[in-house]
Amino acid sequence: MTSKATPHVTQNEALIFERSQAGRQGYRLPPLDVDETPLDELLPAHLRRDDDLAGVPEVSEVDVVRHFTRISTWNYNIDLGMYPLGSCTMKYNSRLNERVARIPGFANLHPLAPEADAQGALEVIYELQQHLSEITGLAGVSLQPAAGAHGEMTGVMIIRAFLDARDGVGDGDRPRRNVMLIPDSAHGTNPASAHLSGFTVKTIRSTPEGQTDLAHLRELCAAGDVAGLMLTNPNTVGLFEQSITEICRIVHDAGGLVYMDGANMNALVGWARPGDMGVDVIHLNLHKTFSTPHGGGGPGSGPCCCTAELAPYLPVPRVVKEGERFRLDDDYPQSVGRVKAFHGNFGMHLRALAYILTHGPDGLRDATEAAVLNARYIAHGLAPDYDKPFAAPPMHEVVFTDKRQGRKGVHTLDIAKRLIDYGFHPMTIYFPLIVPGAMLIEPTESVGRQELEQFIAAMRAIAKEAEEDPDLVLNAPHTTRIGRLDEAAAARKPVLRWRPTEQAATA
Amino acid sequence: MANIPEDLHYSRDHEWIRVEGDVGTVGITDHAQKALGDVVFVELPKVGDRFEAGKSFGTVESVKAVSELFSPVSGEVVEVNESLADEGEQVNSDPYGAAWMIKLRLSDPGQVDKLMNAAEYEDYTKAEE
Amino acid sequence: MRYIPNSPAERAEMLRAVGLETAEDLFSSIPADLRLRAPLDVPAALSEPELLAYFDRLAAKNAAATRPSFLGAGAYAHYAPTIIDALLQRSEFFTAYTPYQPEVSQGTLQAIFEFQTLVCQLTGLEVANASMYDGSTAVAEAVLMAERVTRRRKVIVSPALHPEYLHVTETYVSHAGIRLEQAGFDAATGQTTLTDAAALDEQTAAVVVQSPNFFGCVEDLQALADAAHKVGALLVVCVTEAMSFGWLRAPGACGADIVVAEGQSFGVPLSYGGPYVGLFATRERFARQMPGRLAGVAYDKQGRRGFVLTLATREQHIRREKATSNICTNEGLIALAATIYMETLGRKGLQEVAHQCAQKAAYAARQISALDGFALPHSAPRFNEFVVRAPAAAEDLLRRLAAERNITGGLALARYFPDRPNDLLVCVTELNTRAEIDALVAGLKELTA
Repeated sequence: MTSKATPHVTQNEALIFERSQAGRQGYRLPPLDVDETPLDELLPAHLRRDDDLAGVPEVSEVDVVRHFTRISTWNYNIDLGMYPLGSCTMKYNSRLNERVARIPGFANLHPLAPEADAQGALEVIYELQQHLSEITGLAGVSLQPAAGAHGEMTGVMIIRAFLDARDGVGDGDRPRRNVMLIPDSAHGTNPASAHLSGFTVKTIRSTPEGQTDLAHLRELCAAGDVAGLMLTNPNTVGLFEQSITEICRIVHDAGGLVYMDGANMNALVGWARPGDMGVDVIHLNLHKTFSTPHGGGGPGSGPCCCTAELAPYLPVPRVVKEGERFRLDDDYPQSVGRVKAFHGNFGMHLRALAYILTHGPDGLRDATEAAVLNARYIAHGLAPDYDKPFAAPPMHEVVFTDKRQGRKGVHTLDIAKRLIDYGFHPMTIYFPLIVPGAMLIEPTESVGRQELEQFIAAMRAIAKEAEEDPDLVLNAPHTTRIGRLDEAAAARKPVLRWRPTEQAATA
Repeated sequence: MANIPEDLHYSRDHEWIRVEGDVGTVGITDHAQKALGDVVFVELPKVGDRFEAGKSFGTVESVKAVSELFSPVSGEVVEVNESLADEGEQVNSDPYGAAWMIKLRLSDPGQVDKLMNAAEYEDYTKAEE
Repeated sequence: MRYIPNSPAERAEMLRAVGLETAEDLFSSIPADLRLRAPLDVPAALSEPELLAYFDRLAAKNAAATRPSFLGAGAYAHYAPTIIDALLQRSEFFTAYTPYQPEVSQGTLQAIFEFQTLVCQLTGLEVANASMYDGSTAVAEAVLMAERVTRRRKVIVSPALHPEYLHVTETYVSHAGIRLEQAGFDAATGQTTLTDAAALDEQTAAVVVQSPNFFGCVEDLQALADAAHKVGALLVVCVTEAMSFGWLRAPGACGADIVVAEGQSFGVPLSYGGPYVGLFATRERFARQMPGRLAGVAYDKQGRRGFVLTLATREQHIRREKATSNICTNEGLIALAATIYMETLGRKGLQEVAHQCAQKAAYAARQISALDGFALPHSAPRFNEFVVRAPAAAEDLLRRLAAERNITGGLALARYFPDRPNDLLVCVTELNTRAEIDALVAGLKELTA
C-alpha cells in the first residue's frame, strides 16, 4: 500500500494563521446606533489594547467554512461508523437531541434569569434529576458537575463532608479518616479526584479472575482509617463485581462509604441499580450512557447521585419543586459548596432528558441488553485469535491482549493503527493498566450485526497479518493523510502554538 | 539483551552508581531505559539537596509514563547533569555515560556494599521478567 | 427502538450464536437478587413529534429567553455568526471522541492548536491549554496551579471576583490546605486594592483578580502585578467577558502570570449557564504545571506536519493522584465554537464588537445616570457592564420592568450582596439596539417617578 497523495488541496489545509490575508473580513455588524463617546473619556491609554490583536487571522466567511470543512474530514466520527472505545461508550448521538438543545427558549435563556421566567429550564433539570434517581436507585441528585471527573470530585467531597460531620475533623475522640481505597484497574481520574479532595490513596489488587480482591480489601479495611472505596462496576475489564454487596458491607462495617464510578452504567441501566447494591454515591457520564455528544473531547456532564443520607451534602444550589413551581435552593448548610458557576452543563441535561424520554423504560432496558449482547458477540468472535485474559463472560465491554501477536513483534499499538486501515476507529489501548497490552473493546448498542461482523473480520485479518506479514501491521496506518507521528519529539521540544516563525520552519 | 557494565553497582529500582572516592555518580540502567521507552523529560534536584537511600530524587518521563528516580545511597547532591534538561533522549542513547543524572557525596559509603554487582543485577532483571 | 440497529429477531440469533437462550442470560453475572424485576419508573417512550411538543411546551415557560435583556454577570448575549453552528453540527466534529488516535483526529487536533494559539494572542501569554470546563473552574485550577508553582499556601482574592467563581474556588481549595484571604475594595472607584500590606507577603502564592471585575470596573492590572511580583507571588487574572480582550490591554502584557477566562461570549449560546468553555493561559516556564490537555506539533516519518496531544504525563491518566488536575473531559466542541468565532470575526471584528459594546454601554450609563435619583456608584473605567444605584429596591424595579415593559433590566446585586439592595448590574452588548436602551432608560424613569 502507498500513502495517500498529499498535493490534494483539501488534504493539506494549512493553519488558519497561514491562510490569513490582511484586509479579508468574515463578518458584518450593524452600524453603531448610539452617539460615540470619545475614547479618552472611556479608557485611559495605558489600559487600552495596544497591539491591534497582532497575529489574529483575517479571513473571509468562505475561508472559514472551507477551512473547517476540510479539516473536519480528517476526523473519524460515530456517524461514520463503529467507535469501539472501551470505557468511552461511543453511542449514536441523536440529531433530535441536538434540535431540542437549540430550541430558542432554552438556547437563549440567561442563567441568572429570574426563576419565575425560567420555569421550563428548572423543570428540565428537576425532571432529569428524578429520572436519574430512578435509574440509579439513589435519592439525591445534583446536575452541577460538568464532567465525569468533576462528578467524581463532587462525590468524594460529599464523602469527606459526611465523615467530617459524623466523626469531627480529628478534633474529637474520633480520628479523621483519610484513606481512599481504589482498585489497581481504576480510571486515573479516581486517584486524582481523591487526591484533590484531600484523601490518601491506597490501591486494592485485582484477582487473576478480574475481580476486586476481597481478602486484600478486608486487610486494608482492617488497617483502619478507611474513608471509602471508589469502585467502577462493571469494572474496567468489563466484568460485573459479583461480590458487590459484600464489598459494600466490608467498607461500611469499616466505617467508610462506597463511591461508584458510573462510567460503565451502559451495562446496567434498566437491569440493575447501584443504590440496590449498597453504593452510597455515584457519578454518571451523560456523554456516555445518555448519548450526549463527545464533541471531540467535551462538553461532558457528570451528575452526582447519592443516598438520602448524603443528600444534604450535595452541591448548591439545588433545584427543588414546591407545589407546581420550581426554584433554586441554597439553604443546605452542610453542602460541599458550589462546584461550577450557574447550573451545570444545561445543554447536556436537555439532550440526556430527550434520550431518556425517547427510550422510555423498555427502550432503556433494550439498549443495555443490545450493548451487552454486542460485546458478547465480539468476545465470542475474537476469542479464537486473540488472548482473552479473563475467562468470565463480559458485560458491555471486553478486554483482549496482544500476547499472541507480541511473539511476532506486533503489539497493541500496531493492531490499533492497522484497524484504521480497515475503516474502524481503534479500541481503547493499554487500559486498564493491570492488563499488559490491553485492547478494551466496547461496541455499544449502536452497531448492527453486519458491522460487528466486519469488525471481527478486520481484527481476525490483522491477527493473520501479524503472523504472515508483521511489517504491514507495524507500519500502519497506510491509508491516512499522515502516518504515525513522532510523539516523543513533540514532547521533548513542545510547540504548543503557532508563531510567525513556525511558518518558515514548515514551509 | 540489556547492557550491564561490570564496574557499577545496581539498586533494585534500576539505578546504577559509580563510586569514585566519596562521590557516587548515579543514573538509570539500560534495562530501565528500555522499559521506559523514549525519554522526553528528566526532572532532577538541585545541588545541595540531600537524599536518604531509597528516596525519590526526581522523575523521568517518557511519552506515556512517569517513573520516580530513587537514590541508591544516602548523600548530598554535589553536581547535576544539566544537559538532560534539554536532551532527555541521552537516557536512551547513553544511559551509563552522557546520561548520568546526579553526583552524590556519600554520607554512608558502606551502603554501596549492599547494592548488587553486575552479575546479581542481571539475575535480578531476569527474575523480574 | 430506532436507535438500536439490530431487530429482536437478529438479537435472538446473536444470542444463540454466543450460546445463550434469553436476554436474561447476558446478565447472569449480576447476582439474581440485584437484578431489577420491575420496569423503571420513567415515562413511556415518546415519538419524535411528541418529544418536540414536550420540549416546546417547557421552553415556552422560559419567558426570559425572548425579551430584550441587559443581563451579564458572567454570561453574555452576543451575535454568533450562522456558520458557527453549521460547522459545529458536522458529524466529524460533534460525534468524534477525544483525539487520542492522532491519525484519525487531525481535524480536532488542528482546531485545538488554533484555539491554543488564539487564546495566547488574546491573553498576551505564551501557552494555553485545550480548555477547561468554564471560567469558574478555571479560576479554581489557577489557584491550585499557583500553589504548585510557588509552593506557598496563601492566596489573596479580590472581593470583586464573580461571587459564584469565588464559591467554586472555595470548594476546590477546601482540601488543598490553601487559605483564601480577601483583598481590599475601594467602593468609590469600584477597584481592588492591595493596601493592606500585612495580607500580601512572602507566603502569598497568588493574587486573584477579575478584570473587568464583577461590578464592571476595569482593574489596573499592571499595578497589581507589580505588587504581587514584589513578594514573589503570581498574578492570576480572570476575565468573565472575553469580548473585553478586543478593547483592554492584554493581561499578559500587564504582567499577569496566569490568565483564565470564560469563553462563552465567543459564539456560544447562553443555554441557561452551560456548556461554556474555560480559557487557561500562562507563561511558558509554567507549562508543565498546567492542568488540562495540550495539543502540539508533531511530524511523521515523511516529515509531514500533524498535531498530537502532548505533555500528557501531567495528566491523571498517567500521573494519577500526582496529576496537575483530575480533569479529563474538557469542553472540546465549545472550544471549537469559540475558535470559529474568533477566526470569523478576526483581528478587526473582535475589536469592532468590543468597541460597539463599550460605546453602547457608555451611552446607556450616561442616560441612566442622568435620571433623577439614579447614580453610578463606581468611578473606574468600564467595558460593557456597570452598577446602577436606583432610588428603590432593585429587585422590585427589575420585576416591574419585566412585567410591565417586557425588559430584563439587569441583575439585582442583592442576589449576592444583601447589603446592596438598590444596586443593579447592567450589561450592554452589540445586540442591544439604541431603541432597547432607550426603552430601558424610559422604564427606569417612569417606574421610579
